[in-house]
Amino acid sequence: MPDSIVVWVAGKNVEVPKGATVAAAVFVAGAFCRTSPSGQPRTPFCGMGICFECRTVINGEPHRRSCQVLCEPGMVITPDEC
Amino acid sequence: MNAESKRSFDVAVIGGGPAGMGAATVAAECGLSVVLLDDNPGLGGQIWRGESGSSKHTQASHWFDRVGRSSVEWILEARVFQVGKGHLSAESPDTVHQIAYSHLILATGARERFLPFPGWTLPNVLGAGALHSLIKSGLPVEGKRIVIAGTGPLLLAVAAYAREKGAQVACIAEQTTGAKFACFGLSVLLVPEELEEVWQLAWQLQAVPHWKNCWPVAALGKERLEAVRLSHHGRIREIASDYLACGFHLVPSLELAQFIGCAIQDGYVAVDENQQTCIPGVYCAGEPTGIGGFELALVEGQIAGFAAANRKDLARKLWRRRDAGLRHVRALRRAFELRDELRNMPQEDTLVCRCEDVPFGLLRAHQSWQSAKLHSRCGMGPCQGRVCGAAAEFLFGWSNSSVRPPLFPVRCSSLAEMPVETIPEIHEGGSK
Repeated sequence: MPDSIVVWVAGKNVEVPKGATVAAAVFVAGAFCRTSPSGQPRTPFCGMGICFECRTVINGEPHRRSCQVLCEPGMVITPDEC
Repeated sequence: MNAESKRSFDVAVIGGGPAGMGAATVAAECGLSVVLLDDNPGLGGQIWRGESGSSKHTQASHWFDRVGRSSVEWILEARVFQVGKGHLSAESPDTVHQIAYSHLILATGARERFLPFPGWTLPNVLGAGALHSLIKSGLPVEGKRIVIAGTGPLLLAVAAYAREKGAQVACIAEQTTGAKFACFGLSVLLVPEELEEVWQLAWQLQAVPHWKNCWPVAALGKERLEAVRLSHHGRIREIASDYLACGFHLVPSLELAQFIGCAIQDGYVAVDENQQTCIPGVYCAGEPTGIGGFELALVEGQIAGFAAANRKDLARKLWRRRDAGLRHVRALRRAFELRDELRNMPQEDTLVCRCEDVPFGLLRAHQSWQSAKLHSRCGMGPCQGRVCGAAAEFLFGWSNSSVRPPLFPVRCSSLAEMPVETIPEIHEGGSK
């Protein structure tokens, strides 16, 4: 893919176009971004930073809203727990 | 740790969508110093997300170009979490911005109204606008089967965009009646500027079933969405689907306006003919004053910008265009009014509050939003009721007018840096 970058989502190598958000990468990987208090897996929901369903751990920093963060090469994305 | 930045501006504009871009640009062109704050990584709001480069949209490229040439200073990825008289605090990934202002323009936009139904928390069920912005920001949908459900013109725009990107849109489930939808269609056809866009949409969607009197009954799937069950004219249909994009029209984002004490009328910020709220020097433009789309937002933004710059003569010239747009607001409200049957969508165990996993059955026992919050934690998660609040308002008739700082979850270090004089006093009975 021209102008693409590779990030790690839940231990998987994922290729996304340059300018993609982390939320898009989570869907591409078929992964989840967080587990809810009762243990349900969730994926990004509102896409505009208000619902906080897309919270993920990005490069070790928890609770980042993945729909507001652009992918950078080599980023490590793991699920948030809460 | 945060870096701290302290600045002073004539005008602070909150929200970088069409209303905020219009307001900031004209105020700066009149010679004022202007700061424009937005939560997103780029300007344009939701409607012009990702359009800054080479936009097909002529209005968008005009305004991106114009704001770029102006002296407006914009700060992105900045969440305003505290506003006081003449002062606000915003947090960006590594900085806390303390901004002093003389005039404040609120252009905080709108969000989708989400209503709970069984399975709406399943992975791959998302907002209609969310699907649109996710495709724009890198989600490939080629060959994916998508059901789009809810109400409002946004569903059509999302369907057309998803198709353009290669998705198979299985159907659009629109809850309103065929008659109401037809009335809305006619009202749009009467606006010559909209004609081309309407024909284009109709052309792009000619092969997509557009069912009226139709709404989701359940999203089905084990780990992820597999199918959508819809009620259509009283019959149940089941449709296999990779994504369900749903949204029940828009609700204004009022938290900031409510927090600083702007009067709210019929669910929207009350403004005068120059978009000024009941607080002198505080203006509001765009969707918070009535859901009317970006053309109206642009006009209202410019009126607010001119008024803040004390160029009421220029503001006045735009009044007629604004008043024409307000007719569209009323047409939208009539056409996409929510039907009573949607209140029956959630079952006892359907979660209403997605942050704290609070089910419908637990909420029904309460008389007010306040009581439900205190006893069930509904609305007390990180979204602070931004999703379940609008749902509870429709399902139970509860209003939620108490807004407290911080307006968004922020880092402790950001709170610690808030100037002491801006921390609101807590009055008996809670802060207003």
